[in-house]
Amino acid sequence: MTYEQKNLRVVGTRPIRHDGPDKVTGRANYASDFTLPGMLWGRVLRSPHAHAKVLSINTDKARALPGVKAVITGADLPLPPPGVTQAGESAINTQHLAKNLLARDKVLYDGHPVAAVAAISEAVAREALGLIEIEYEVLPHVIDVDEAMKADAPLLHDDLFTEGVEPRPETPSNIAKRIVVSKGDIEKGFAEADIVIERTYTTKAVHQGYIEPQGCVANYAEDGQAMVWCSSQGQFVIRDLCITMLGMEASSLKVIPAEIGGGFGGKTTVYLEPLALMLSKASGRPVKMTMSRGEVLRATGPHSGSSMTARIGAMKDGTITSAEVVIKFQAGAFPGSPVGAAVMFCSAPYDIPNLSITGYDVVVNIAKVHAYRAPGAPNGAFAFETVLDELAHELKMDPIDFRAKNSAVEGSKSPYGPTYGPLGGIECLSSAKNHPHYKANLGPNQGRGVASGFWINIGGQSAATVVVNRDGTISLVEGCPDIGGSRASLAMMCAEVLGIAAEKVRPSIVDTTAIAFNDVTGGSRVTFATGMAVVQATEDAVRQMRERAAKMWDIEVDQVGWRDGAAQEMNGNRSLTISQIAQKAAKTGGQIMGHASINAAGAGPSLTTHLCDLEVDRETGKITILRYTAFQDAGKAVHPSYVEGQMQGGVVQGIGWALNEEYIHDENGRLENAGFLDYRMPVASDLPMIDAVIIEVPNPNHPFGVRGVGEAPIVPPLAAIANAIYDATGVRMRDLPFSPPKVLAALEAAEKTKANG
Amino acid sequence: MAKSHVSTTVNGDPVEFLCDTAETMLDVLRNTMGLTGTKEGCGTGDCGACSIIVDGRLVCGCLMLAVEATGKQVTTIEGIGAPDRLHPVQQAFLEDAALQCGFCTPGFIVAAKALLDRNPDPSETEIRYWLAGNLCRCTGYDKIVRAVQHAAAEMKGQPA
Amino acid sequence: MQYQSPASIDEAVAALASIGGARVLAGGTDLLVQLRSGAASPAAVIDIKNIAGLRTISETADGFRIGAAVSGAEITDHEALVRAWPGVTEAAGLIGSTQVQGRASLGGNVCNASPAADTTPALIAARAIAEIVGPGGKRSIPVEQIATGPGKTSLASGEIVVSFLLPKRPASSADAYLRLIPRTEMDIAVAGAAVSLTLAEDGTIADARVGIGAVAPTPLVLDASFLVGTTLDEAVLAKLAEAAGAAARPIDDKRGTIDYRRKVVGVLAKRAALIAYERAKGAR
Repeated sequence: MTYEQKNLRVVGTRPIRHDGPDKVTGRANYASDFTLPGMLWGRVLRSPHAHAKVLSINTDKARALPGVKAVITGADLPLPPPGVTQAGESAINTQHLAKNLLARDKVLYDGHPVAAVAAISEAVAREALGLIEIEYEVLPHVIDVDEAMKADAPLLHDDLFTEGVEPRPETPSNIAKRIVVSKGDIEKGFAEADIVIERTYTTKAVHQGYIEPQGCVANYAEDGQAMVWCSSQGQFVIRDLCITMLGMEASSLKVIPAEIGGGFGGKTTVYLEPLALMLSKASGRPVKMTMSRGEVLRATGPHSGSSMTARIGAMKDGTITSAEVVIKFQAGAFPGSPVGAAVMFCSAPYDIPNLSITGYDVVVNIAKVHAYRAPGAPNGAFAFETVLDELAHELKMDPIDFRAKNSAVEGSKSPYGPTYGPLGGIECLSSAKNHPHYKANLGPNQGRGVASGFWINIGGQSAATVVVNRDGTISLVEGCPDIGGSRASLAMMCAEVLGIAAEKVRPSIVDTTAIAFNDVTGGSRVTFATGMAVVQATEDAVRQMRERAAKMWDIEVDQVGWRDGAAQEMNGNRSLTISQIAQKAAKTGGQIMGHASINAAGAGPSLTTHLCDLEVDRETGKITILRYTAFQDAGKAVHPSYVEGQMQGGVVQGIGWALNEEYIHDENGRLENAGFLDYRMPVASDLPMIDAVIIEVPNPNHPFGVRGVGEAPIVPPLAAIANAIYDATGVRMRDLPFSPPKVLAALEAAEKTKANG
Repeated sequence: MAKSHVSTTVNGDPVEFLCDTAETMLDVLRNTMGLTGTKEGCGTGDCGACSIIVDGRLVCGCLMLAVEATGKQVTTIEGIGAPDRLHPVQQAFLEDAALQCGFCTPGFIVAAKALLDRNPDPSETEIRYWLAGNLCRCTGYDKIVRAVQHAAAEMKGQPA
Repeated sequence: MQYQSPASIDEAVAALASIGGARVLAGGTDLLVQLRSGAASPAAVIDIKNIAGLRTISETADGFRIGAAVSGAEITDHEALVRAWPGVTEAAGLIGSTQVQGRASLGGNVCNASPAADTTPALIAARAIAEIVGPGGKRSIPVEQIATGPGKTSLASGEIVVSFLLPKRPASSADAYLRLIPRTEMDIAVAGAAVSLTLAEDGTIADARVGIGAVAPTPLVLDASFLVGTTLDEAVLAKLAEAAGAAARPIDDKRGTIDYRRKVVGVLAKRAALIAYERAKGAR
């Protein structure tokens, strides 16, 4: 489908979201809000060690406890055939997944599941966990990515040989993969440069931090038919992963999507669902499982910590001639970090003739990392955009002008291959430069930082059904969980095509048996790809309504047009509204239902530029964010309030990542801050209002010009804040997070250097 | 062990329940009474998703034993607003797009109502500090704070 | 686990003495977290919130008496107490969130004996006295004598802190409490400092007392006699910061480093002293 400029009456307005009333009254049902008669409670026993051999597991005492109905261990979950399941931005290796669900001979991180029980109450289930006897042999562990790459590092997997290196190494290591993106000749490029800056950066693992812990209810019937109710970013991926794990047929498992309490990429895989199914099968009863917050932080998600070196060269006129970046990512206990995205996108806002970007995917003794909003890109941008800031200062160029001079534009070749279509990068930069924020005065110890970011956005499989009801209302059936207002944006696009009000379209998100396959809600794809499916399904319904009108008028269908929610006779003045057509549908061929099931291509990348003002308390090292403005190309903002909301939310996650969020492990590799008290996500009083400036450079591949918006806003904040700290203090911070002790130490070190210099 | 018998008032209705002494008010609201609008995000008082009002004080349901409810007046999200009319805070959250995933929303609405009940004209700073115990990971708080300001203005404009 | 909700102090003391391993439940904001995590599994909890007098704040000729089960929100709502003891009340107002303040009690904050308890340094600076009742009768001790180490107190088995006495405020006196946390709310103090000052007619300091927290196994009294006779000039403030850092015996942990805590407790002491000084000038 292609973009067409037209007068829009619904798209671009701000109606109340359809699922809003349920969510402000507490009526909406999330993962743990569901119960079934006779339901048991399941709980997971987790490794207290970061790395250990499991010598023996004895579940006899737990099984003997009255009220315990089932106990399972890794022995009960045979390894599935090797394979990969695609879940949005993550590719999930099925054998690794099985080993992550229940450990076998080795535990690889603090929190790694070892056994699970189902019992008549949560209290009995907890008690039973305490009766399971496990003998461990503790092994040396490694968490830091640079340490894990050393030849003498503790080895997580003795069958892991680095991919992407020729010849294939003969000895196993923790380096799962090396990937390289390159073009031109970097050394020639550096030789042309008048100035070259090389810096090293480190970041800690962080968590997605969704407020709803993982939870599910599973029911496995005697005939092998099963149901899972859970919150996820995609019921179809949950189904596919569960059936792969348990060797079931797709038609035997119905996954019902609960409302989802945040995901940010973290809910595109399974942790509990296969266990709940196994426990239900073993006990013959429905089983509910819910994670505690500690379990969520220890055993789900996190996003990779990283170690990066960026070297960039530029000429005196500000032309970047060459860039070399090396990025190492923690993968967690199994291979598969998002380092590829960091490699492909860190330089993607710019057109640089000579590039070499290398990434390493490195296993370490923390939970297997999982996608987190623009997975990998914030790390890469942190390194790249702060070196750019240093170059701009050295060249005495305005940092926005410097970026604009090197910006990729339509027709530039992207670092990752394709040639760009229309891009909003220049528009974001010029909008930032002309914004009052950029000209506002700063006080003492205050600074302003600029950074840009890129996210590719994806398309993928989506389906939609448009059911035309007798009264002229529309039931819009779709299959992508709504994390942030997508029901509203999809219903609005349907309403726009029909020419009716958004309120006349009622969207619902249905289970895996009620619609064709949908990829996850992830990759900023739903408004783009599912939106395209909705438009096609609606156009299908319109076509059918025109046919019915033609039949009712006894004229040819090409004599019937469609305008303002009604079929219009082209060479006359008759018209038939949707309800008039629908009321006769039984007689003209049955109820009208439009449908589309597509694999959407042509997602448009998002470009964004952020401005951040902050103040540094020089005596305590504490940073206060004073003002923040995000400029982003949304292609077309279908519901501008929820586009702003995505931008504001992404910015604040980035602020949390920059200032205080980090995984802290003790000397035994146990997570020390497995709770919201010490995993410090931003609270309301930490923040100013976050200004969101929406820029609209239409995506030519979508009927309304939509690009994704959800992910790009988390990309620039790390660098924007680092650059603002420099502006405020003259100190460059390169080790995240910028928590008060680290900032104070950096300020003092700079003072000392100045005094000695 | 024998369960404790508790008589209390929830959302204006007299309620009796049996509970283990170690059960929290949050456990009983959700699992015994089926009032699942009150959410559990952490169980340690750090996220505010289980915010309820007990005898006029905003508290976390996860930090109160259910047995302590004896003789108390408990208000949950289900007790806010009327079937024919949402509370102004609820209405403002809808109009101002102050929710994304919606999981933290009941806690925010209970907390915001408790604020406006005692301070009908809070400053932005007062709103932000009052709500600092309610974590939201989706919105960045901007639209939530604006919705509370909006609700305060609506409520002032109405005859008491 | 048994639950008892006695109506009198004597009943509470008897219950506590008779059930081995019983714990006092006041606000419960720490105890419930311990119950849930399994860190505590007492045979009984004795809820002291229904005991008359333990939930009230009263103003007497000698000052204020604050019941041990009074919540942070009740303290910050008490206008006369806030006027007289702005530092103590701002410390109570910093414990956790609005929700936590609706429950967390002054007695609990002190008796949990966390090195980082916010109210303890402020109570120390205020020369607060804790009134204790136990099987052996009543006794009163200065607040700084309650905590003996992280999670440990000098309370004998069966003893309960029932109230805190804050002395009557002379004219021209005030207090202040500041803590450093990474965020603006919801964290445990990385360091804290409370300063209570009384000024003479000429504006010099006639009496000073400083308490510091989160920088040693227990909150500490800082010898601040050198503040007396001064008007908090730069040199005196520098000396105060240095003294606070020198008195500190901090640890490295997930919330801060030894070096950082030493420096910051000094900064906080200095800043709290300036606030208390300004407040005292206005409290003539």
